[in-house]
Amino acid sequence: MSNEQILHTGASAILAHDTDHGEHAGHHHHETFITKYIFSQDHKMIAKQFLITGMIWAVIGGLMSVLFRIQLAYPDTSFPFLETLLGNKWAKGGHISADAYYALVTTHGTVMVFFVLTAGLSGTFSNFLIPLQVGARDMASPFMNMLSYWFFFISGVIMMSSLFVENGPFSGGWTAYPPLSALGSASPGSKTGMDLWLISMALFVVSQLLGGLNYIATILNMRTKGMSMTRLPLTIWAFFFTAVLGVLSFPVLLSGFILLIFDRNFGTSFYLSDIFVNGVGALPNEGGSAILYQHLFWFLGHPEVYIIILPGMGMVSEILSTNSRKPIFGYMAMVGSLFAIAVLAFLVWAHHMFVSGMNPFLGSFFVLLTLLIAVPSAIKVFNWLTTLWRGNIRFTPAMLYSIGFVSMFISGGLTGIWLGNSALDIHLHDTYFIIAHFHLVMGVAGIFGMYAGIYHWFPKMFGRYMNNTLAYIHFWVTLTGAYLIFWPMHYEGLAGMPRRYYDYTNWESFKMFAGLNLFITIVAIIVFAVQLLFLFNFFYSIFKGRKVTSQNPWGSTTLEWTTPIHPGHGNWIGEIPEVYRWPYDYGKDGKDFIAQTTPIGAEETVTH
Amino acid sequence: MMATVSEQQRKRLHPHKFSLWVAMASILMMFAGFTSAYIVKRNDSNWLQFSLPPVFSFSTAVILASSLTMYLAGRSFKARNMVRYRILITVTAVLGVLFVVLQTMGFKYLQEHGVKLIGSGSNPSGSFLGVITGVHMLHVIGGVIVLIVMFIRAFNRRSKNYSLVPIEVASTYWHFVDAIWIYLFIFFNIVSG
Repeated sequence: MSNEQILHTGASAILAHDTDHGEHAGHHHHETFITKYIFSQDHKMIAKQFLITGMIWAVIGGLMSVLFRIQLAYPDTSFPFLETLLGNKWAKGGHISADAYYALVTTHGTVMVFFVLTAGLSGTFSNFLIPLQVGARDMASPFMNMLSYWFFFISGVIMMSSLFVENGPFSGGWTAYPPLSALGSASPGSKTGMDLWLISMALFVVSQLLGGLNYIATILNMRTKGMSMTRLPLTIWAFFFTAVLGVLSFPVLLSGFILLIFDRNFGTSFYLSDIFVNGVGALPNEGGSAILYQHLFWFLGHPEVYIIILPGMGMVSEILSTNSRKPIFGYMAMVGSLFAIAVLAFLVWAHHMFVSGMNPFLGSFFVLLTLLIAVPSAIKVFNWLTTLWRGNIRFTPAMLYSIGFVSMFISGGLTGIWLGNSALDIHLHDTYFIIAHFHLVMGVAGIFGMYAGIYHWFPKMFGRYMNNTLAYIHFWVTLTGAYLIFWPMHYEGLAGMPRRYYDYTNWESFKMFAGLNLFITIVAIIVFAVQLLFLFNFFYSIFKGRKVTSQNPWGSTTLEWTTPIHPGHGNWIGEIPEVYRWPYDYGKDGKDFIAQTTPIGAEETVTH
Repeated sequence: MMATVSEQQRKRLHPHKFSLWVAMASILMMFAGFTSAYIVKRNDSNWLQFSLPPVFSFSTAVILASSLTMYLAGRSFKARNMVRYRILITVTAVLGVLFVVLQTMGFKYLQEHGVKLIGSGSNPSGSFLGVITGVHMLHVIGGVIVLIVMFIRAFNRRSKNYSLVPIEVASTYWHFVDAIWIYLFIFFNIVSG
């Protein structure tokens, strides 16, 4: 009798029906269009909802970056189509206005970090893979899971509506530092746009908490028989730590937001002090501290970057091992390094605040703790490379993206060692060096992890394959493009070019980068176009892709490939399979792979 | 087989109970965020010192008493004494509402004694007290709503549900909210004083 049945039948019913529990497992309730596709409580459908919503946001967020890159590449040229697209208030005469530029940059950041790389990535794959890989029929609470998606959806609707209010969306940067975020008079975007931003983000936090609760409860409580913690695929370990990070850090962000809401609307002075605002005069507030917000924000904000990257790490570990036909190198080291990263995530937030006026003595502690993260990160990279080493590699699109992930993680991670030094940070903070660093290590690597996951689990999601040719074009253009976009930004940043500026032409020192900025923009447009190719491939393949004919197309060991090709709500027909071994028995004793459901044979050499 | 399975089941926590523990950790982090912000802010200049309204001692007593009645309600439920159970959860819910009323009276007392919680001229020390206890009150109200739902369920004659899980979940949450207030009460007394 599983936890599952206790949840769905109630304890009293179980006593009476203990003998026939096998039959309950299948698809036994009638579903209408609404309960199947809209208010679905099936984790697989919720995962697809997260994925497609995330894709819509990725297109919006990506398009925004193309728009502000156009401004950076052609500060003096006018593009009439911009006026058509943004209206004559935001792009009069085909020129993006400064306010519109800041709004685009801010919304791009917010949308990409939270809606695409948090909800779209971990929302999709935690939902999809946790029950399938631990051997559960659904989440611990399918209803809360559904709520999690709908809170995210409403949060998205509100964020979207902020794009259309009179003064435009919030424009003070995705971190929403006060006083720009606390004062309606600070900028056009700080008025209604900021109110909507705050409401949207508060709902988003609720969505993340509901989801995270479920992920943790499912992983710890609903594993099938024999699935001990050390037999979990690394994907599940990664989702577990991701959820723990989210559940412990998002509430702190929420408390920061609550104080911000009070400062904005009820005249309190948590963050606002008696500063002088042009056109308004001195504020009546006394004694507030803007730094306080930065502490609360980055206490979430730093774990947030691991919330983004850990699911990618987990999926990449799984895909690299499967497609190298080799066991993952150093399973326990992989789990241990995930754990170390999760712990350190809470101890390094102030490295975002080295130049906020904090005590340099205090800063040195944060430098030490920050650089310590290099240790578990290096362990992971080493293990990925040694998993590939002398493997029988199959270069599937998912595999290419996984290798690309490792490449991006190394390139972006190395500059993290520079930025973690408080002395170097004095020069490098708020420059394009930062932009290059976090886009490579978190943005592009995170997206690569997501693509790897989509290509790898698409057959399980939709029972069809994606087109490989399009996938290879997508991969090579995206990989090359990502490096061409972000690599040159290191040079701009080292030269001191600040981030978030609207127009660099007035600075003699940055005139030399005009050509480089143009180049970056052109590559960005090409890369954006190739993502549309991916979307075409994705949606076309859902309906017209090559059909999956075998239950286990990749020759994988994990449980999700023991379900039917089109699993119903409940995942397995009949009993949930029992697990006898770890998930990485590839190339063992002369066998290509041994599924987790195969009992340990008498003559096996090593057993996990 | 039956015996071994239920044996295995007993070792694992019910998923709903487990989710509650994770949720409590999450709520705890929020209050930890608030109170550490309070500590950071207190070291700045211009921090108004004031003593807590005396009515907070009464509200503390009320919420402690409500934890006791909640505990007794759980025992009556286990003993299948449904009449007693209904009375006790009603008392618990009423005590919860009374707690919220007493807290609001505490706010009023502070306003009357020149400590503005919000609006212009308010000091962060007063605002912090208002926001933190306000958020805590919302959690108490959430608990009261849960109790009302359970009260209505206890009258539902169509399905007799003797599962202990809902009452245990509600009761754990109630004690947790109680404990948070005790923490806040001690925190405000020591740190602000």
